[in-house]
Amino acid sequence: MAIKSRRLREIPLAFAMLGPSLLVLLTFVLYPLGKAVWLGQQTCDVQGKNCKSVGWGQYTNVIKSDQFQHALWVTVKFAMITVPIGLVLGVGLAVLADKQLRGMRFFRTIFSSTIATSVAVASLMWLFLLQPSVGVLANLSWLHNIFPVIKEPGLLNDSGTALWSVGISSIWANLGFTFILVTAGLQSVPKEMHESAYVDGAGGWMRFTNVTLPLISPTLLFTTVVLTSRAFQAYGEMDLLTNGGPIPQDSTTTVTYLIYGSSSIIKNNDGLQAAVAVLLFVILLALSALQFRGFGKRVHYGS
Amino acid sequence: MQYDASVASIRLVGVSKHFGDVKAVDNVSLDIADRDFMILLGPSGCGKSTLLRTIAGLEDPTAGEVWIGDKMVNDVEPKDRDVSMVFQSYALYPHKSVQANIEFPLKVRGVDKAERAEAAKQAAEVLGLTPYLERRPGALSGGQRQRVALARAIVRQPAVFCMDEPLSNLDAKLRAETRAELVALHHRLDATFVYVTHDQVEAMTMGNRIAVMRDGIIEQVGTPKDVYDKPASVFVAEFIGTPPMNIFPAGSVEAADHLVGARPEHTHLATTGVAATVALVEHLGHEIQVVCTIDSEHRATVRLPTGTEVPSNGSPVFLTADENHRHRFNVETGLRIS
Repeated sequence: MAIKSRRLREIPLAFAMLGPSLLVLLTFVLYPLGKAVWLGQQTCDVQGKNCKSVGWGQYTNVIKSDQFQHALWVTVKFAMITVPIGLVLGVGLAVLADKQLRGMRFFRTIFSSTIATSVAVASLMWLFLLQPSVGVLANLSWLHNIFPVIKEPGLLNDSGTALWSVGISSIWANLGFTFILVTAGLQSVPKEMHESAYVDGAGGWMRFTNVTLPLISPTLLFTTVVLTSRAFQAYGEMDLLTNGGPIPQDSTTTVTYLIYGSSSIIKNNDGLQAAVAVLLFVILLALSALQFRGFGKRVHYGS
Repeated sequence: MQYDASVASIRLVGVSKHFGDVKAVDNVSLDIADRDFMILLGPSGCGKSTLLRTIAGLEDPTAGEVWIGDKMVNDVEPKDRDVSMVFQSYALYPHKSVQANIEFPLKVRGVDKAERAEAAKQAAEVLGLTPYLERRPGALSGGQRQRVALARAIVRQPAVFCMDEPLSNLDAKLRAETRAELVALHHRLDATFVYVTHDQVEAMTMGNRIAVMRDGIIEQVGTPKDVYDKPASVFVAEFIGTPPMNIFPAGSVEAADHLVGARPEHTHLATTGVAATVALVEHLGHEIQVVCTIDSEHRATVRLPTGTEVPSNGSPVFLTADENHRHRFNVETGLRIS
């Protein structure tokens, strides 16, 4: 009894201690989230005022709409392009640079440098590279002889290549991040495990698949989840490189672009924007849970 | 378990391994006979591990030749040297079961599944691991992990076993038991063992030959008895034996042109002799060890049977060394004279 009453007496103190962080969490996370969920079933005028509820059915309407389904499919394709290629390239570079060779620090710096590049800078750089009349690629005549699309209409302006081109820019921008994480993972693999496998006769590929990969699997899982979530939330690339286009196919209108893009079909409808945003949040949550569940069993977290 | 490894002696000829300016191994020549249990003994940083790794093929020698059997193996990959290695950390694969760990050397050699499962079972049986084959290394004790590392080493029946301080992660009691088991294993396998340790007790009890190393060179090679009874230098004399050999200051026992050493069992308290002060008295149960300070650089230990009257700390004593058991060393070089 004494313990119980003392616990009761401590409750005000506990709330006082939790207060500051609770306040921040409420103000900046829970309130906006709740507000967005609520806004998702409202409709407003073009200025975003005079909102009134139109019912939770708005969410189902969004899910059923062609625009949302198209944007989701584009987003999934974007993730399926950027995540595997980015991961393989990042692991490949990290393994190459994980050797005690002279000058390796230089390459490590180069490989990880994109982590210090903002999406805006990276996208602008790629915009200039891919520009169909004065871009670097457009001036390699042998290249655009093989791939005329580079010049006409331009990789970013062709509905078949636009998403891949945006994807390449995004892969490049995320490479430094993957490289650093995987490098750290590689360095945590004990040297003796490689040596033991080497003495036992395992060649480079055998050591990579039997020793390196399983031992960096926690890093790979983490990187995959983060890259996927970044791909689903990517916005700057589409905004700067293609504006969600080329139209009319809307080849690069991802879910985020549908929510916020300047040429999005719902750009003047706060209620629909909120509904799509909430749906994206739910999809990402489910996807991350699925990744941890699915790969979690195969991931080995040390002895 | 049938063990039919091809026999292999090891010969090192003028082997050096330099890392930049550091001479980890410096012009070492050593013959290890077939089926020897050779111990590489020395303090940390003496180059013993580097020498072992050179035999296994993990280090390329800067100079010199490494022979295994009748083959010069300098340019031979480790996997083709018929050598297996046990690491101090065991280097077990945490994501593989005990069975998969033991099978791994066969798997990389393309042995088919049934055959390697059978070989793994036999190796596990030799080391008493049969109940644990399905477990992961993380679910095993330190001693069991050590056995898995050994099982993985014997499963492909190499001619040479390289072991780099395999017992140093075990507690004292387990270490003593495993020492005996390793000797039995060596006897059973009839293969060549090269075993690195800094523990002179392991060296004395396990090896049939010991190479004592210091600063990249071998100070002495011999049987444990040779090394104990006739140490080639002051360094060896002081490294082998617990407590180590007593070295008396030049001129205090015999003429000043050489140093005299005597094992604690051959040093006595007397009424005349080398003057010293009792610094510490240790009662070990079966005997008493009296540690005396001769001067700031020289200490000496005397062994007394229990029940003897022991001088108290700080009291002045005199020490003598048995005439028949004196070791004489050059003052300058520290090398043995007689």
